[in-house]
Amino acid sequence: MLLGNERKWTDYFTFCTDHKVIGIQYLVTAFFFYLIGGALATAMRTELATPAPDVVTPDVYNGLLTLHGTVMLFLWIVPAGAGLANYLIPLMIGARDMAFPRLNAIAFWMIPPSGILLISSFFYEPPQAGWTSYPPLSLTTGMLGEGIWILSVLLGGTASILGGLNFLVTILKMRVPSMPLTKMPLFCWAMIATSLLILISTPVLAGALILLAFDLIAGTAFFNPTGGGNPVVYQHMFWFYSHPAVYIFVLPLFGAISEVVSVHARKPIFGYRAIAYSSIVISFLGLIVWAHHMFTSGTPPWLRMFFMITTMVIAVPTGIKVFGWVATLWRGKIAFTSAMLFALGFISLFLIGGISGVMLAAVPFDIHVHDTYFVVAHFHYVLFGASVFGIFMAVYHWFPKMTGRMMNEFWGKVHFALSFIGMNLTFMPMHELGLRGMNRRIALYDPQFTDLNVIATIGAYVMAVSTIPFLINAVWSWRYGEKAPANPWRALTLEWQTLSPPHIENFEELPELITGPYDYGLGYTAERDPEELYAHAVPAPAS
Amino acid sequence: MNIPSPILTLLVGIFVTIASLWYGQNNGLMPVAASQEAELVDGLFSTMITIGFGLFLLVEGALLVAVFRFRRKDGDEGDGEHLEGNIPLEIVWTAIPAVVVLGISIYSFDIYTRMGGLELMKHDMGGPGKMVEVAYAADAVPGSSTSALGELPLEGDLLESDLSEGELISEAGLGAPVEMADSALSINVQGLQYAFIFNYPDGIVDGELHIPVDEPVELKLNAQDVLHAFWLPEFRVKQDMIPGQETRLVINAIREGTYPVVCAELCGPYHGGMRTQLIVHSAEDYAAWVDERMAALDNGEVIASLPTPAADKTDAEYLETFVDPLQLAIAPESLTALRSE
Repeated sequence: MLLGNERKWTDYFTFCTDHKVIGIQYLVTAFFFYLIGGALATAMRTELATPAPDVVTPDVYNGLLTLHGTVMLFLWIVPAGAGLANYLIPLMIGARDMAFPRLNAIAFWMIPPSGILLISSFFYEPPQAGWTSYPPLSLTTGMLGEGIWILSVLLGGTASILGGLNFLVTILKMRVPSMPLTKMPLFCWAMIATSLLILISTPVLAGALILLAFDLIAGTAFFNPTGGGNPVVYQHMFWFYSHPAVYIFVLPLFGAISEVVSVHARKPIFGYRAIAYSSIVISFLGLIVWAHHMFTSGTPPWLRMFFMITTMVIAVPTGIKVFGWVATLWRGKIAFTSAMLFALGFISLFLIGGISGVMLAAVPFDIHVHDTYFVVAHFHYVLFGASVFGIFMAVYHWFPKMTGRMMNEFWGKVHFALSFIGMNLTFMPMHELGLRGMNRRIALYDPQFTDLNVIATIGAYVMAVSTIPFLINAVWSWRYGEKAPANPWRALTLEWQTLSPPHIENFEELPELITGPYDYGLGYTAERDPEELYAHAVPAPAS
Repeated sequence: MNIPSPILTLLVGIFVTIASLWYGQNNGLMPVAASQEAELVDGLFSTMITIGFGLFLLVEGALLVAVFRFRRKDGDEGDGEHLEGNIPLEIVWTAIPAVVVLGISIYSFDIYTRMGGLELMKHDMGGPGKMVEVAYAADAVPGSSTSALGELPLEGDLLESDLSEGELISEAGLGAPVEMADSALSINVQGLQYAFIFNYPDGIVDGELHIPVDEPVELKLNAQDVLHAFWLPEFRVKQDMIPGQETRLVINAIREGTYPVVCAELCGPYHGGMRTQLIVHSAEDYAAWVDERMAALDNGEVIASLPTPAADKTDAEYLETFVDPLQLAIAPESLTALRSE
């Protein structure tokens, strides 16, 4: 008997424990906050079109920058990654759901209150101390806004810990018996690495924020120098989480791109083991590089040297991944789908962010550009180039699976072209701005920097416009798009071997693996008679 | 994976090498180098840009070639070649970045040492306990100014606390050989919302930094309220100013001129307006400036070049900071406190 694969739209607004519903809840919520974060960024760039602080007042500007950073990191990238992981992990490993379905739902339901709380602060007292919230400034700019900021991030962090725990247990314990770790899709490897980072580092952020809240509300002096506290200790605790957080943001997308590149180039991923293990190495190294954010913070010289070397070393596993993706494309049969275009954009933009990252690791150079637009350019190449392009790539790739409908490819390409042009127009000039002397987080700037800022602002508008074709395409295709077959990309991983969208418990019978996830070019065919999909989920070799 | 023919590889290699060497030398991205430190950092920067640009050309080139050469033909449903990996190739592309980052690390270490980065460490080794970052000795912890519930320290309050009387037992930053620094001109720099105040020897206080050319100058950095960062873009040096913790920079100007002094750490709404200028004089001009300031001091003028207090400046007035650096954005209570000192 065929299990129903229909969900009522109301299910998406309930405490549903189906991982697929939760995955889509996460993704849609994340996109909602992406639009808000983007609007905040556009307001900031509008302000920066001229040197004078003439659009918003400087304190409103600081509220914008704090909320933009916090929203984009904690309410867009992290939930979007968690959404993909929620949707894909059980399907990819042949499980019927996550290990702890209720915990999973609880984790999601912390996100909307966290976000609404944070956004609401904008209307009475926006937090102004930046997403880093360094004391003593965070202790003097208003207790209410800062308190809300702390509470909101704590909620998001808790959701993240619960989610990470769930991903780890699910991947390690619930794979179909025929799937050893070395036959697991690379996305799952990336999620193991991500979850380990979340579990080790996020509690430290929570500790820092709770102590900061004590300083703020109860007048203690952990970080407040007026009472003998040390503000640099906060920075150590904050970055012990927030540097690994960068990998929490990008590792899931590193995993996703490995899936997409292989399928759309129809080649096995080049160097499966190297890419899988490099995720784990990045995860380990990511934990011992945090003080590179603090080279000018009074960090002792010998410590600066240690952190310089550990930071540089991360370039090696990251390089292995980039070379692996490029080699996967080489001699493949590349289809220019929207997903593939975003993957190509991802690789080329991440390369630029990676190179500037190695430069920033060098202490003498970092001392010059720390807290300037060079750093802003660098992390937007990583976080917009890799994370945002990666998320869009994943949506174009898995949309047919999630909704049972194809997205419109033409508008996907328009979306890509506008995003790619807008992204580079916005962030490329910032490298030069930073090198020449423009510090970050300022509403008013030296008029000599006007021209480059105007270019960046035009780029930001192009990026803002680029979301319009995407939104219309996503909403329209979800409802009226061409019906998707079970496996439109002819992929070999398990999530494609079931219905689109999958029925409630994913697989009617647990699938058995015959091929590895990337065995292209061996004569396996993923073309299946749709009727058979209900029974088994195994691509058989072509006879 | 087939590797392209040796001749093609050689040609591509030559092109990439020439292009990246050229770009490394001619990118024109850095501002004027006005200090010894700047020349060292620029050397490192152009090396890294050369390597980075070469890598960029190689990888983006490979990506573009792959994209155009291995495009799927319409109607081709076949797969690409089954190629799972290539151990020698993977070893090579693991080894090359490893060697490159090792090289950059060693070079950076060398530059950092020549900038005097490690001199402070030697200096710190002079006494027990100095290697550890501690804000204050126990007897200097000001108990009275601990903020009570609901009463947050506002800007200005911190100024009146006994912070500045604490025994400073840590320092970090960039230095110079100790013997040189000991005899050098030493200037105390206070950072406060939103100004830098420079305290010169002999009681001269000024809102601008005046230094002689070709002579090491030691800057002792303190913050009075929140974190600030003292940045001289043309000198390529930056150091955070931390309340309760003195940090130190030694700078060596090599060009006369006027350069911006910028606060690089978010310190409040008018952070962007926290700027002043650094004027590098010839030795004679500097002596003349000191004489002039000493004369003014004798006439009872305590602080020169300080701005008029303005909490409600218009946008245009704030922007004047950049036209006339003396128009600093400074909180009125801070200025009052300073003037009463």
